[in-house]
Amino acid sequence: MTIVTYSDKACTINPLKMSQPIGGSFAFLGLRGAMPLLHGPQGCTSFGLTLFVRHFKEAVPLQTTAMSEVSTVLGGYENVEQAILNIYKRVKPEIIGINSTGVTETKGDDVEAFIRLIRQNHPHLKKFPLVYVSTPDFKDAFQDGWEKTVARMVEVLVDSVDAAAPHDSLRVNVLPGCHLTPGDLDELRTIFEDFGIRPSFLPDISGSLDGHIPDEFTQTTIGGIGVDEIATMGQAAWTIAIGAQMRRAAEAMQARTGVPFRLFERLCGLIPNDEFITFLSDISGKSVPKRYRRQRGQLADAMLDTHFHIAGRKLAIGAEPDLLFDISSVLYEMGAQVTAAVTTTASPVLERVKAKEVVIGDLGDLEDLAKARQCDLLISHSHGRQAAARLDIPFYRAGFPIFDRLGAGHRMSVGYRGTRELIFDLANLIIADREDNRQPTPATWRTGDAGRCRSAATELLI
Amino acid sequence: MSSLSATIQDVFNAAGCPKNANKSEVERKKGCTKQLQPGGAAGGCSFDGAKIALQPFTDVAHLVHGPIACEGNSWDNRGSASSGPDLWRTSFTTDMNEIDVVLGGEKRLYKAIKEIIEKYDPPAIFVYQTCVPAMIGDDIDAVCKIAAAKFGKPVIPVNSPGFVGSKSLGNKLAGEALLEYVIGTQEPDYITPYDINLIGEYNLSGELWQIKPLLDEIGIRILSCISGDGKYHEAACSHRARAAMMVCSRAMINVATRMKERYGIPFFEGSFYGIQDTSEALRKIARMLIERGAPRHLMECTEAVVAREEATAWAAIERFRPRFAGKKVLLVTGGVKSWSVVAALQEAGLEIVGTSVKKSTSDDKQRIQQLMGHDAHMIEDLTPREMYKMLREAKADIMLSGGKSQFVALKAAVPWLDINQERCHAYMGYVGIVRLMEEIDKALYNPMWDQLRRPAPWDVTEVTWHAKALGPMEVPVAGGRPNSVGAEKVARANRTHSCSTVDFSIINHRIPAHGSTATDAMAHDAEASAACMRRTEENTPAQPTSALQAVE
Repeated sequence: MTIVTYSDKACTINPLKMSQPIGGSFAFLGLRGAMPLLHGPQGCTSFGLTLFVRHFKEAVPLQTTAMSEVSTVLGGYENVEQAILNIYKRVKPEIIGINSTGVTETKGDDVEAFIRLIRQNHPHLKKFPLVYVSTPDFKDAFQDGWEKTVARMVEVLVDSVDAAAPHDSLRVNVLPGCHLTPGDLDELRTIFEDFGIRPSFLPDISGSLDGHIPDEFTQTTIGGIGVDEIATMGQAAWTIAIGAQMRRAAEAMQARTGVPFRLFERLCGLIPNDEFITFLSDISGKSVPKRYRRQRGQLADAMLDTHFHIAGRKLAIGAEPDLLFDISSVLYEMGAQVTAAVTTTASPVLERVKAKEVVIGDLGDLEDLAKARQCDLLISHSHGRQAAARLDIPFYRAGFPIFDRLGAGHRMSVGYRGTRELIFDLANLIIADREDNRQPTPATWRTGDAGRCRSAATELLI
Repeated sequence: MSSLSATIQDVFNAAGCPKNANKSEVERKKGCTKQLQPGGAAGGCSFDGAKIALQPFTDVAHLVHGPIACEGNSWDNRGSASSGPDLWRTSFTTDMNEIDVVLGGEKRLYKAIKEIIEKYDPPAIFVYQTCVPAMIGDDIDAVCKIAAAKFGKPVIPVNSPGFVGSKSLGNKLAGEALLEYVIGTQEPDYITPYDINLIGEYNLSGELWQIKPLLDEIGIRILSCISGDGKYHEAACSHRARAAMMVCSRAMINVATRMKERYGIPFFEGSFYGIQDTSEALRKIARMLIERGAPRHLMECTEAVVAREEATAWAAIERFRPRFAGKKVLLVTGGVKSWSVVAALQEAGLEIVGTSVKKSTSDDKQRIQQLMGHDAHMIEDLTPREMYKMLREAKADIMLSGGKSQFVALKAAVPWLDINQERCHAYMGYVGIVRLMEEIDKALYNPMWDQLRRPAPWDVTEVTWHAKALGPMEVPVAGGRPNSVGAEKVARANRTHSCSTVDFSIINHRIPAHGSTATDAMAHDAEASAACMRRTEENTPAQPTSALQAVE
């Protein structure tokens, strides 16, 4: 079993972690007509906004209750009320999703009570969807914010259903973890539809952050799952949760509606997809379509072609728990060693990462470990670029944020096809690095002793 | 915190700031920043402002005391360039956890400072205060003082927690930290009569280096640049400069004015954006240095460089004039760029149909009036939809703005160029302005736009996104309208025949533009519109390849 350790430094050097509230806002961005709102000073929103814009290259709706020094001491309620009223009036959202921040949690604002009071004082908001999630900055990480927020969405927005009520056998709920991209969700949708299954993704960032040109001029999210569709999720036959972080939401769904769930901790790799496709075949009663039989063969062939480059690599990886588990496992299964692994927050999957140790720490830890253990491949979000340059090893960007490469929203790692793309990209990176930086020279294999012998030989010749 | 509020009052009372000087006592107490509207604000906070202002100091460790959000969500996000040290790009934060919030984070902060010194040994550490530790009463001034004494190294508290106000207030609070703890604490190895300070220049995309060779040639030394490509020692010695230029509007006006009061260093406000502004700035620097005792021939050197560089730049820009004739620009940016870029664009013959003045001071606005005349279209604050409407109604051919508003233009298939901090090109000085023109030209004349403005062949709906956006505004927002745009008829809406894809004005723009040089492109345009007409007449399915074939 893997040992999970905590970095014991007082100073975080080059953070891997991002804060919990924006993980929560990210989940709200997967709802249609949504306006995520951070209850805190304006900077919390501004930083989060910039981060999303740099990653997705999309306009991102994100608002703030604009807490000032004075309102931090004296107020709180007024800011939440004003913000909701202003957003409701100005941008006409279908839902406002609120996350707390460090300031308002330190202060101790009871936002649920605020919301009740707001509904009371403004009857037109009585039924308006408002979801609040407590997400203090000083606890947990981005992935936890997503996890808590999706679970809360289920609790608030899904209509409870009598467990005995009939379920739609071809409808499934899909609860994707925050490590999946809009491209991943699009791929999953195609797979479900090929089995005749109608999926409801909660949240669905493929509708809002996939980079399309919207039909409407709107200041809210330009797509995603609608509140109406979420309400009916209790009618589905199954809930499929992707990533261990989604267990909480899946359990909430089951508790509320009786819909059973199946958790897939990984959807990258051959075996995880065999399980996934088999499951879809089982629940749909359809045999596996030809397309996936072919794709499985293509992935197997891609593994054959790429294993020469991936096997034996000493991988240093820094990512949030579910992404770390997913990518490190698939590379381990192809012969790479997970030599240094750093993550942001606790998770049950960490003890199953195929490494001796997983550190809950920062990119500074990852860089130190990678150096000490002579890693020769670094995987992390874009912030790992400085470490990779200093270590002089190939660097593969994965996770959030990826701000220095384009198309982050369309990168894909799920399914046979996604896995195939991932391992091709990685192997190509390694090949390019070898060609650019590791060309052999006459001195490459020469040892010190050989040099001495040669000089002796030269002397003999003279 | 009492000292922080005193500092903020001090900043508001800044002598050199006419905006505040004209206010009543009560007004002044309220401060520079407008009360933010919950649910309607999107700007950066004071911490952000302080960090932006100081982070370009390259050899310093920047330690953020707070929960992960403040640093973890924002680090390594600015394109300042360094000529040497890269410690500034390493991110340090105390990442306060729940226990720290309950028990106080001072011990963690002290340990963090110790760890940084042990591992990196920087010439100084800047410690940034944020909201949560400010709330719970962590006294970073005291921790920094103790750490500085213990480790024998400058540890500078930057007291600018996010909730005290806006980004621009943060710039000034950063300036206060420099004035209190840095400037005047060290001595330069030698001084010359040609030493200047640049204040408020951040060397984004390395643009300082578009100016530095000219200063080198003239013989002027940048004793300290605050803070682009700056080093701690230089800033600490900056009190020995003979003159100073305030580069980025009033972001750090307090630094300039206090240095004048304390050390008698005269300063002026100038810009290196645009040919004439650059020349003017160089001349002013030379004049100031001469007034303070530099030899008179400095002006001759300056004039020689100015004449040569101007000639080169004008010649380089000349080729854009015919291509830019009649082209209209909407400028959505803040502060100094609202006027300094205006001048630069006008030099190349572009017409400015509007500029935002959201972050500009009254002085900035006056300059805009001077440059653009009395009917200058100053835009206070725009919602994205209003911005889009403005783009269409003012018939702007290109929008220049910061990254956050780019999609308003891009999604409407209107050319756009980034002129804020995330951009990847340097636009300063004589070479920079030519580069800016090249970028504008590339954006304006990209053949892609014509393709993108067409709907998919199978899209029959007449109700387009553009039409919806231009529909009646349901929520009128006060103060958001330009002064005089809007009365004109929307020429862009005149479609060719019943074809909904190609605008008259687009074709009209393209014909003179290509007429003399590129006959293929003419054929392309003609073919494209002909294909369109054919399609409507015959009511046949569209031929999406026709335009491409014409190009080939």
